Parts: sequence; C-alpha cells; structure tokens
Amino acid sequence: MAFKEIALNMGPQHPSTHGVLRLKLAIDNEVVLSLEPVVGYLHRGMEKLWESLTYTQIVPLTDRLDYIAALSNNLGFVLAVEKLAGLEVPPRGRYIRVALAELQRLASHLAWVGFQANDIGAMSVLLYAFEARERVLDLFEEYIGARLTVHGIRIGGVPRDFDPEFVRKIERTLDGLPATIRNIELLLNENRIWQERTRGVGVVGAAEAVDFGLTGPPLRATGVRWDIRMDVPYSSYEDFEFDVPLAEHGDVYDRYLVRMEEMRQSMRIVRQALARLPGGDFTAKVPRILRIPPAEVFQTIEAPKGELGFYIKSNGTDKPERVKMKSPSFINLMSLAHMSRGNLFSDVVGILGSLDIVLGEIDK
Amino acid sequence: MPGEPEPWNSRGTLNKPASAPPFLLAKADAFIAWAQKNSLWPFGSGLACCAIEMIATAAGRYDISRFGMELFRASPRQADLFIVAGTVTNKMAPVVRRLWEQMADPKWVVAMGNCAVSGGPFPTYAVLQGVDKIIPVDVYVSGCPPTPQGLLHGLITLQSKIARSHPTREILKPDVR
Amino acid sequence: MSDRPALLPGFEDILAALEGRFPGAVLAVEAARGECSVRVGPERLADILKFLKAEQGFAALQDMIGLDRGPAPPAGAGRFAVLYQIYRPADRRRLRLSVEADEANPLPSAVATWRSADWAEREIFDMFGLRFAGHPGLRRIYLDEEFDGHPLRKDFPLGGRSGGL
Repeated sequence: MAFKEIALNMGPQHPSTHGVLRLKLAIDNEVVLSLEPVVGYLHRGMEKLWESLTYTQIVPLTDRLDYIAALSNNLGFVLAVEKLAGLEVPPRGRYIRVALAELQRLASHLAWVGFQANDIGAMSVLLYAFEARERVLDLFEEYIGARLTVHGIRIGGVPRDFDPEFVRKIERTLDGLPATIRNIELLLNENRIWQERTRGVGVVGAAEAVDFGLTGPPLRATGVRWDIRMDVPYSSYEDFEFDVPLAEHGDVYDRYLVRMEEMRQSMRIVRQALARLPGGDFTAKVPRILRIPPAEVFQTIEAPKGELGFYIKSNGTDKPERVKMKSPSFINLMSLAHMSRGNLFSDVVGILGSLDIVLGEIDK
Repeated sequence: MPGEPEPWNSRGTLNKPASAPPFLLAKADAFIAWAQKNSLWPFGSGLACCAIEMIATAAGRYDISRFGMELFRASPRQADLFIVAGTVTNKMAPVVRRLWEQMADPKWVVAMGNCAVSGGPFPTYAVLQGVDKIIPVDVYVSGCPPTPQGLLHGLITLQSKIARSHPTREILKPDVR
Repeated sequence: MSDRPALLPGFEDILAALEGRFPGAVLAVEAARGECSVRVGPERLADILKFLKAEQGFAALQDMIGLDRGPAPPAGAGRFAVLYQIYRPADRRRLRLSVEADEANPLPSAVATWRSADWAEREIFDMFGLRFAGHPGLRRIYLDEEFDGHPLRKDFPLGGRSGGL
C-alpha cells in the first residue's frame, strides 16, 4: 500500500481535549507525522481587561485562568503585587497560604488523574477521584464560600483565619484521602492495559524538555529536579520538609507517577503547616486604594501545572500598566508536537492529558 | 368479593382474558413530554470553568443520572440538550452555532454560567456577550460558576418547561414553530 | 558606569561578562527587589542571547513580554519594548533583558536559541504587531487570521473596534 498522508482534525469541540483546543494532525495510517495545536478558542482578553482594573479587582479574575487550581493563580498574582508594593505578609498568613495552596494541588491532581484515566478508558477512576476531590472542595466552600473559583488568597494575606475547628476538619479530610489515592494506584499502577498505553509513550528527554521550557511534573518526570518551592522559595516554603518526586523516562507513565507522589507530599506539607501554625495576624494592612509607584516585578510559583508567574509593571496609579502571565500550560503545550511524533494517534489523547493543560490558562 | 376469581395472580400480572388487555390512557403530549424530560442526553460542550462544575454534577456526589442525564454524548448528532458551559469567545462562536445546527430536533439549550448568559466578567473584544446572541436559550443558569446544585435547579426547571410543552404540535405540524 | 545600582553578587559577574564580550551593548541596568533588569540595543541581540545561553548557563527562557508605552511615549523612549526573562538553574538566578522594538525593524527571533520562544513570539506578534525575523512560521496565535488590529496596544479599545456584539 502506498504512503498516504491523512489530515485529521481534533476539536475544538472534543471530549478529550481538556477544553476548547484544536489539534491538526497529519497521520500515516495510524502514526502521527505532525501535529499543530490551534489555540485561542478561549481567549478572553484578560491581560487587556486587567489594565483597566485595580489590583484588588484583578485577583478574582485570576481564578478563571487555571480554573482547576484557582488558588495557585491567586497566590502567584498576589505575591507579585506584594513584592511590587513592598507588603509583608505575616507568618500566620503565609502558613495558611501554604496549606491552601497544597490543598489546591491535591484537588488539581485528583481532577487530573480522573481525566487522564477517563481519556485512556478507565472511567471508574474519574468517579473515585472526583469523589475525593469533592471532599477537598468542601473545605474550600466552608472556608470562603466557593468551590471552584475560590478567591481564597488575597493581597496582604488571606481573607479569613483558620479556627481550630476548621483545622481539625482539614486533618480529618487528609486522614481519609490516602485510602482513595491507594485505591487508584491499585487500579492503575500495575495494570497491564494502563502500562501498555502509557509506558514509552510521549517521551521527551531532559535537555529537550528544558529547551522547550517545560516545567512542573512533565519536566520532573525526565529527571530534572526543578521545583520553585525549593529553588526560589516563597511564602515560607523553606520552613517545610518535603520531597520532590522525580522519574527518569519522561513518558506518560512517569508523569502519572510523579503526580501521584506529589499528592502525598502535599498532604505532608499541609499537616506540617497546620501543626506549626504561628499565632498573630493572618493578613497585613493593605490600603483601601492600593497605588504602587512605577516599578516592575516578575514572580513565579510552583503551581500544580508547572511554573506559573506574573510580570507586573506599575505606573503610580491603582491600576497596573501591564500584567503578563507566564502560563505553564501554554509553554508545555508547545512540546506536544515533538512528543507525539511517531506515536499512534490514539495515544495523542493520553499524551495531551499527561501534560495537564488548562485552556483558561493557555488562552488567557 | 368471595366467589370472584383473584384479580392478581402469582406471577404478579393481572388475571385478564387475552381478549381484554389493560391499556393506559394519557394525553399524547403529557406522555411524550414525560419521556423526553426524563431522558435528556446532554451534549458535553464544556468550554471553560463551568465545564468542571458540569462534570462534578455528573460525578458521584451530585449524580445527574438521577434525572436520566448521565449519558453525555460527544457528538451533537446524538444529543438533545446543549449545555453551553463556559465563555463563548468570538473565535468559538461559529463553532457553537454549527454544533447547535447539527443537533436534531427536539433540542434544548441551557446557558450555564454568567459568561454564557451575558458575557460574564469579560466585557472584552474577544468575548461574545451571551450565547443567546447566536442560539436560542431555554434556561439561563447564572453563577460564576453555578454550583452543581444550581445547575441541577436549572435542569429541573428545564424539565418543568418540557412538561408544559406540546410535542404533538411539532409532530403533527413540524414546520410551525 | 559609576551610577550603577548595587547588585546582588551573582549579577555583577554576568554583567561584567556581557560587557566584556559586547562592549557598549549594555545601555542601562536596573536592580530592585532582588531582580536585575538589563537594557540592550537590538543590534547584537541574537548574539547576546546565544552567549547568555551557551556560555553563561541561562538554560531556560521563562517568558517573553511585550510592552506598549502608548502612541505618545515619554521623550527619549520608543513605543514598544520586548522583555526576555531568562533563568540560570545553577545558581537559581533570573535576568530580565529589555530591548526597544518597533514595527519597522523586526527583532531577531530567539527560537534558534530557546525553542520556548516559538509561541511567545507569536503571541507578541498577535497582541502587539511586532515581527521577529527568522521565526519558523510567524502568525497569530490567539485571534483569527482576519482579525484587524493588535489588542494589547494602548490605542486598541477594550470592547473591540467594530462595536463588538
């Protein structure tokens, strides 16, 4: 049979593209020759909108970027604003932020493993993971009233204190989660079908990964030990003891292993933060109208999806001159073409899922 | 009454002679509407953050399958309920319109979330200020995002709307809207 | 430059190396909040970027940022600027390079140095209308090809030009 290249279009409406993403594939029988992502179907003009809002007004809009891990966006943005304005967050506020951010990482990775397993065909894992995620979302709802677009980290600190009753609730939730995570691992880790569909699929090497700008679990799955929480610590992360999971092959299976272990490490960090919660204020005094003299700042954090950052340029008013978001999913998606080449096109869904992208963050 | 044969037999069916089968009397409208509203197949058009809450509604705790709606179809040809969950951008608008046109009648549309209702918090150059600018909407569910309870309330409202509708008019006179 | 702000030790070495290899290239230095921002001219930009990656160990380009100072910028400044935010993992050092840009003279593309510049440059082209010479396929990334205008320019209205919908 002669060689014949077929053009295949996936999306923008597709159950497994994790949002409105369009992929233009060129395939030879079933092998992917080239792949071009087309983004912008969720481009809402956020950066332009932010130039006409005050810093405080921007914070709730950052929830809508990576909507599966809203608190990380909040944290990234407010840290940049605080660095710019010279605001110091009190220790209790910093520890509460760490607890919230790690709980958010748990919720995000649980949603991720549910979606990834569902895309590959293990649909029950979606239901188990979402049930566990609901327990974490209950905590957010009790804390500040919202489940998804939480807005629970604000400029200067956090909006509410953690009272002892709430701390006990968090600990009880954390007591129940390892069993669910263990269940999911029992279903997937040694599963022959899971391994055949994920081992050796979507491989990327360590040097290429760095050159592509990959960050987060896809980078750590290649063995490169970059984690902003350890490298350029923020919000008192240096006070906590935790491991950074690494793997070596850089395939879909390794990214899965890295994220599962990260969930355990997150629980470890939350327990430490709650056990050693310092006394005092949970937020700094922030002026009602926050005017920041002209300056610029670039601040990144280790979000569940990778290295999330904000560049802010202030101009003396209460509104920023320019806000640019460094989106980990945007940069990670660039390497999808490289990772998919040579794989079967039915594996593209698995590889795309393993990058853990969120279109809200890609398209801004 | 003593002496009369038992109406119900041990198999759990009625002791009726074969020439007199039991039958059900109902208005065709009520019966068809009942069938339609309890077996809606949503088209999973998750565009943004609301999609995650839609998935949470379909997951174990909020269990949309209590209402007959757990079968989210990936293809619009097989669905009859278009839940527009998320921001419709100007780039995505023609796609949404085309997907709606590909759905066969009878079909319903739920605009879920503030963005689908009226553009949400994004009055920008790139966002369609409400999906009802391109397709007719039956139920508006506001919230940013609406909680699963909110979405279920919207779907139950849609079910009451379907219950009040007259499907026989469309069957007997399909060109009249 | 004697009026150089006090820098963190690691930055002094980088600047010395940069000025040694490209004399006169460094036009201004700003340092605040633990960050260092260096303004260079566009002439030797491609070589400067290669030098920073290959010989100074800046293995990762974290982000590229476009700036528009508005159609009537303050005296002495151009309208557009492009910022390169790069990272050296060996000592966890970040550096920000800023270059004045304008539509008529495209900057050289950084894709040959860091592949992560690919979509970042497309985004700057889409939002600001600045081209990059040598980019393998420069086209809009977020908006439709037929879209008229570049939204992040200060003279582009938030609601869009043709009235929106």
